[in-house]
Amino acid sequence: MLADLLDGHDYLADEGLSTAAYLALRMGRPLFLEGEAGVGKTELAKTLSAVLDAPLIRLQCYEGLDAAQALYDWDFARQLLHLKAAEVAGVTDAAALEGEIYDRRFLVARPLLRALETQPSVLLVDEIDRADDEFEAFLLEVLSDFTISIPELGTIRAQTPPVVVVTSNRTREVHDALKRRCLYHWLEHPGFDREVAILLRRLPGCTERLAADVAEAAARMRRADLVKPPGIAETLDWAAALLTLGATRLDPGLAAASLGALLKYREDQEAVRAEWNGRHA
Amino acid sequence: MPDAGSTARAMAEVMAGFARTLRAAGVPADHHREQSFLEALARLDAGSERDVYWAGRLTMCASPDDVPRYDRCFAAYFGGRRPHPGRAGMTVTIIRAIASPYGSGEPETGGETTALPATASEAEVLRHRDVAHLTEAERREVHRLLALLRGERERRSSRRFRPSHRGVLDGRRTVREAVRRGGDPARLRLRAHRDRPRRVVMVVDVSGSMTPYADTLLRFAHALVRTEPRATEVFSAGTRLTRITAELRHRDPDTAMRACSAAIPDWSGGTRLGEELKALLRLPDPRGATVVIASDGWERGSADLLGAQMARLSRVAHRVIWVNPHKGDPAYRPLTAGMRAALPYVTDFVAGHSLAAFEQLAALLGGARADA
Repeated sequence: MLADLLDGHDYLADEGLSTAAYLALRMGRPLFLEGEAGVGKTELAKTLSAVLDAPLIRLQCYEGLDAAQALYDWDFARQLLHLKAAEVAGVTDAAALEGEIYDRRFLVARPLLRALETQPSVLLVDEIDRADDEFEAFLLEVLSDFTISIPELGTIRAQTPPVVVVTSNRTREVHDALKRRCLYHWLEHPGFDREVAILLRRLPGCTERLAADVAEAAARMRRADLVKPPGIAETLDWAAALLTLGATRLDPGLAAASLGALLKYREDQEAVRAEWNGRHA
Repeated sequence: MPDAGSTARAMAEVMAGFARTLRAAGVPADHHREQSFLEALARLDAGSERDVYWAGRLTMCASPDDVPRYDRCFAAYFGGRRPHPGRAGMTVTIIRAIASPYGSGEPETGGETTALPATASEAEVLRHRDVAHLTEAERREVHRLLALLRGERERRSSRRFRPSHRGVLDGRRTVREAVRRGGDPARLRLRAHRDRPRRVVMVVDVSGSMTPYADTLLRFAHALVRTEPRATEVFSAGTRLTRITAELRHRDPDTAMRACSAAIPDWSGGTRLGEELKALLRLPDPRGATVVIASDGWERGSADLLGAQMARLSRVAHRVIWVNPHKGDPAYRPLTAGMRAALPYVTDFVAGHSLAAFEQLAALLGGARADA
C-alpha cells in the first residue's frame, strides 16, 4: 500500500492524503494540495519522488512567471552566433536559416518541458497561488493533455505523463478550471498522535516525553489566535532546536530561549510568553 | 451504504444523486467532477464507506469551505455517521441576507421643494456640501455624479514584459527579425516591464455613527469596482467584516446598493474595527495594496488592538488612506481613542463628506500625493 511506501521514506501520511496520492498515480491526474504553510505539501512531492525513484522537477511560482521561464526558451546567444556563422558561410536563404535556427539543440527546456521529457518524473508546481492567472492558463493547457506545442518546432508529447503535485497556500483563489483537472486535497495540521509520531520518526534521539510536550504546546498555539500558527515544519525545527540544547522534555527556560524556531512574529512570541508566564506564576 | 450499487449503472445513478445533493449545498460538483468521481471509485472499493467518502471528497471539493459542506451532504445522503470530524474555524465572512431597508435611519424629507442646481455656481456649491445634509433631490444629483466618477489607479510595474522602444534586449524577437532579414541581426528588438493598476482594498464602516455617509461611501466604492473590477476589493465593517465586492459588480449603482444592503448583516450597529482589521490581515488582499478605511473612528472595541492592527497593516499594505467624513469640518480634531491610536500608521488622512472630497480621494488613488 502506498501509505507504507511513504512511511518507508519517513513521511507519515494519513488516510486522506495516502488515498489522494494513490488516486493521483492510478488516474494520472495532478494532485492539488492546499493548506496552511508548513503542513507538508512540498514534502509529499519530495517523498513521492523518492518512493517512485523518479527525479523531482520543481517549478517555484512567483508573480509574473511566464512561458519563457516555465515552459521553454530559445538560446538567443547561440542562435545569433549560428546566424553569424551562416552569414560568413554565405547562407542567406531565410527558409533554410529558419529551419536551422529553430532546432531542438537551441531550445532551453524549463521545468514543465523538462518534466514531459524526463520519464518517469515527479513535477512539483510549488505555491501556484503566487503566480498570476495568465500562468494558470498555460499550466492548464500543459496539464490537460501533457503536451507542449512550440510553434517553430511542433508538439512535444510526454510518453508517460509525469506525476504532478500542485501546491497552494491559498493566498489567492486558483481558477476552478485548473482545480477541476486535479484531485483536490485540503491538508490539515496533523493531530496530536500523528505529530508525536512524526517528531519521533524524523528526529532520532527525541524522547517520547519531549515529542509529546512539543506536540501539545504546538496544538495549543494553533487554537490560540496567532498571526501565524506553527505548522509541522516549524514544530520539527523547534524540537530539533530543543534537542540541540539538550532537552529531554519541555523545560520553560529552554522553550523560551528557542521560541524563535517556532514563531516568526514578535506579536506571537509575546502572546505565547505571556500565556506561559501566566500558567507558571 | 445502499445495496443498489450491484451494477455499475445503478451505482452511477446513486452517485449522480449524491452529486445533485452536493450541488444543492454549494459544492462545485459539476458533470466533469462527477466523471472523475466515478473514475476514482472504479480504482477503489466502492463498497467501502471510507473509500466512497475520499473518492468524492478528492474529486468534488475545490476549497476548504467545501469540505464541511461535503461532510454534511455525505452524512445526509448515505445516512451513515459522519466519517470525518468537521473542520473548526477558517470561515471568515458569513453572508446573511436580512431585509433591512436601504438607508434606514435617514430622516425622510417629506414635502420636497428644493430644485436641482440650475447654474454652474450652484453645482459648484453642491460639490462641497456635506452629503449628510442634502435634500433628496440634491442627493440624487450627487449620486448621479458619483456614478460618473472614474476610479483610476496608480500604476505599478509588473514582472511581465511587453515589446518596447527602450528597455532590455528581446532575444526572441531579435532572432526572428534577423532570420527574416537573411541572418543579419542588425536591428535589436527591446522589451520592458508592463505595468498594472495597483489594487485598492476599501473598508467601509457601516456602523450607526456612519449612517449618514455609508450610502455615499458605498457608491464611491461602486465607482472604484466599476473602473477596475479586477483590482478592487470592498468590505463592509460593523460588528464583523463582510466582503461585498461581488455585490458591487452590478453595473447599475442602485441595483448594487440593494445587493449590498441585503448582504451586509450589521447595518447601523457598533464598530469593532480592531477585530475586523485583524480578520482582514488574515486574508491575502491587503498585501501590497492601497488600503482605504472609511470610518469616523468611533471604536467600540479596544483602541490598543486597533493601534496594533493598524501598525501591522501599515507594514503589509503599500499605502493606508483613512477617510473620515468629519474631517471636512474645519473645527474637527481627531480626539476619539480609536482615531488617535490609528493615525500614526496612516499615510493619508482625508475627508469624505462631499463630492469634491471624493474627487480628491479618487485623484489620490490615481497616484496623486495629498497636499498636507
